[in-house]
Amino acid sequence: MKIVLEHLTKRFPNRDKKKEDVVAVNDFSFEIPDGKLIGLLGPSGCGKSTTLNLICGLEKPSGGKIFFGEEDVTELAPEVRGVGMVFQNYALYPHLTVRQNIIFPLQNLKGDARLSREEMEAKAMEAAGLVQITELMDRRPGELSGGQQQRVAIARALVKMPGVLLLDEPLSNLDARLRLQTREEIRRIQTSTGITTIFVTHDQEEAMSISDSIVVMKDGVIQQIGKPQEVYDHPVNLFVAKFLGTPPINIFDGVVKDGHLRIGEEDVLDVKGIKDGEVIIGIRPEGFIPKENGRLTCTMSALEVMGRDNSIVSTHPLCQNPVIRSIVQADDVTGIRDGKVSFDLKPHKVFLFDKDSGEVLSFENGR
Amino acid sequence: MKNQWKAWLYLLPSILFLGVFMVYPLIDVLIYSFEQGYNFSSQTYSGIGWYNYAYVLHDPYFAQALKNTFIIVIITVPISTTLALLISLGLSSIKPLRDLYQTIYFLPYVTNTLAVGLVFMILFKKTPYSDGLINLLIRAFGGASVDFIDGPYPAKMFVMCFYTIWVVMPFKILILTSALASVNPDYYKAARVDGTSSRRIFTKITLPMIAPMIFYLVITGFIGAFKAYSDEVALFGTDLNAAGMNTIVGYIYDMLYGDSGGYPSYASAAALILFAIVFTITCVNLMLSKNSELF
Amino acid sequence: MDEVKADYSRIPRKTKFRNGVKKSLLYLGLTFWAVLVLFPFYWMILTSVKSYSSYNSEYVPRFIATNPTIQNYIDAFTAVSLGRYFFNTLIFTVVTTVLMMAVIIPAAFAFARMEFKGKNILFVMFLSLMMIPGELVVITNYVTITAWGMRNSFPGLILPSVTSVFYIYLLKENFEQIPEELYKAAKVDGTSDFKYLVRVMIPISQPTIVTIVILKVIECWNSYVWPRLITDDASYFLVSNGIQEIRENGFGRENIPAMMAAVVVISLPLIILFLIFRKKIMAGVSRGGTKG
Repeated sequence: MKIVLEHLTKRFPNRDKKKEDVVAVNDFSFEIPDGKLIGLLGPSGCGKSTTLNLICGLEKPSGGKIFFGEEDVTELAPEVRGVGMVFQNYALYPHLTVRQNIIFPLQNLKGDARLSREEMEAKAMEAAGLVQITELMDRRPGELSGGQQQRVAIARALVKMPGVLLLDEPLSNLDARLRLQTREEIRRIQTSTGITTIFVTHDQEEAMSISDSIVVMKDGVIQQIGKPQEVYDHPVNLFVAKFLGTPPINIFDGVVKDGHLRIGEEDVLDVKGIKDGEVIIGIRPEGFIPKENGRLTCTMSALEVMGRDNSIVSTHPLCQNPVIRSIVQADDVTGIRDGKVSFDLKPHKVFLFDKDSGEVLSFENGR
Repeated sequence: MKNQWKAWLYLLPSILFLGVFMVYPLIDVLIYSFEQGYNFSSQTYSGIGWYNYAYVLHDPYFAQALKNTFIIVIITVPISTTLALLISLGLSSIKPLRDLYQTIYFLPYVTNTLAVGLVFMILFKKTPYSDGLINLLIRAFGGASVDFIDGPYPAKMFVMCFYTIWVVMPFKILILTSALASVNPDYYKAARVDGTSSRRIFTKITLPMIAPMIFYLVITGFIGAFKAYSDEVALFGTDLNAAGMNTIVGYIYDMLYGDSGGYPSYASAAALILFAIVFTITCVNLMLSKNSELF
Repeated sequence: MDEVKADYSRIPRKTKFRNGVKKSLLYLGLTFWAVLVLFPFYWMILTSVKSYSSYNSEYVPRFIATNPTIQNYIDAFTAVSLGRYFFNTLIFTVVTTVLMMAVIIPAAFAFARMEFKGKNILFVMFLSLMMIPGELVVITNYVTITAWGMRNSFPGLILPSVTSVFYIYLLKENFEQIPEELYKAAKVDGTSDFKYLVRVMIPISQPTIVTIVILKVIECWNSYVWPRLITDDASYFLVSNGIQEIRENGFGRENIPAMMAAVVVISLPLIILFLIFRKKIMAGVSRGGTKG
């Protein structure tokens, strides 16, 4: 089912009544095509969960509209929207077995939608089969591992055949190994059911790895929407550039003068089509080419060997990060001498941002 | 070791006090209860046996006390627990004024029940000067006035239970409100997304989640109600036998002290009978809660 | 799986999130109980400021006092020994609470931090004492105190209630939550156990200690059974048996307004204490209090 958000806004009254309302979600507009997996990404407190609660109907928007397909669901209660939701701590009822947990939503259906006991049982088994927990049906949630509980929660959300599946920080309660495994699992389930799925996370790697599209948020405002690679390669502002990527992007203070991009005294890149003035420079870790007499010289502090790649850790007085991390091929450690290391830069891995607004500034490489 | 010696020093005061005022009395009460014809002033007795128990069980005052106590237990425990559950549910579903209500509801806990009992007495009592507020209310609604304090037994029992409930409610409301507050709100959110009706949320989610606390309240409620005594004194005065409103605990103290007192053997027998009753009921309660469908 | 999707459009579209009528009924019910709780307090204050004659002349009691008087309060302190009862209770409460803290804090510390033979067995024995109802031991204690000649004296009133297994247990649990590293660090620095207890553990556990003190104060202020058994000399009465005495032998001619003034005076200290420490008391009671 296609989901359309139009100028969606949510304000909460401030605890301190004299102060202004807190705007958790500010003028959201975007469209999620049918059958896609969307990651809502942002630091904690940016309004991701509120957005999810608005979509499922647990909260009422202060302004704007929500459409599922062609229907306006803004004013509808959650149960008639046809959404399945998986909560961060799963919210499995501890006193019910897995089977009873999964059947629970079906027992709420009334009127025409009502199902017989056998139908419920069949649907529960189908949902359980989808997440591969059929052998756990008679256990209680307390007897299951975190990963298994997660699957039960997904099965409970899927059993109603929702048009939309919402996942709130689905992986944050799992350990690192399970997280990797479970995110593949979510992708698989989503692909096989074709249910439009939105999930919320603060972990950019998680969002990038499985989403069809990601929505990056900050302070209740959408920063950028796009395919993960697209957003990574073309961040619209400094926040998005900094938020995506591990290791993080390296930020320098720089100046553009007569088609030259300078960091301190060094002329690091030739740029065209951009006004002179101070800029903020972002360089992805993979944007450095170590080179004898390269254009940017940093003070070497360590070489971290990671097998396939090496990571050169260095410092530079004009770099805003504590250290500069550059990922280079394992055998490519040229350019290191006397405690110094020098690089040339890959132009498409270098981004320039306006010093005041943080907006990206487009430029072309060359003279 | 030096440290060992020190640890016992730290524990000495509490061991001493517990030994003298808890452990020794426990053994002693058993002995008393089997000593026949114990004389308080000469500290002598004539024999060993079950006579004290037989005496207590055949004492009409004890029968009256037993009856009163059971009626109080059977009426007040279910009513107060149910009422407290309803009020706590109400409290947890409102936001404005919630703190105020909670504070008010807790007030009886911190009041001297002997003192406030007097207020209840004057509200219900009929005197030559006035019928009392409650009787005037009853008359205003077309009923016949009745003396709740010195009048017929059911009327006295009614005030008794009413006051007992008034006194025990704060604790129950407090416990249930905090039990309700400790239920993770995500359960309710999940239920709402699934369109669960509020009746079903209550029976399938809320009730099972707070069931342990309800059982706790029922058990402590039974124990507490079986020990009813000072609330009775507050309403009917110290001579409870004359008012026909004595309780088991009251019977024990009357045997020990005052005009009818001086019989620690009878008191001990009665106390052990009470202990046996409370112990049995608590065990039954625990067994019921273990076998219960809810948890 | 598409073709079996439930048809959510068939479910009736209710748009109301909450029902106003329900809310008002709820508030009505809650207010009703609040009135039931507050009314006796209102009535005692009201009656206490009515004069003896006007109270007795009102066949239908008035809900406001037309000529409020403080004469009843003066009577309560002069005609009967309310002041004495009040003072006795104060001494009883303070001494009992202080003594109890002095007894239970070292015990809790020993159980929480010290190692000695038989610790576990002793602790289990302590815990099993929690199940013993007070009614069972009161009889012998009455005999003991009488034998010691301590009837009608403060030691007789106080001594049996200066230990509480439950509070030892509560405090021990709290002490154990303080990281063991702190104890080890103190040992490395050569701090004695006693100094560590006074300087580190008691300050850190202050919230729990305050809770225990408050609960004990409430318990002492309201205690009735033991004072009644152990005192028959009115100069050692506490407020609870004092008010009983006032009811049965004081004032004469059923001076209810004066009696209510005494009730107000007795009730006030705890109510004030409660209003000041509201959060603490409620949290403390839900953790460890029982009544009813």
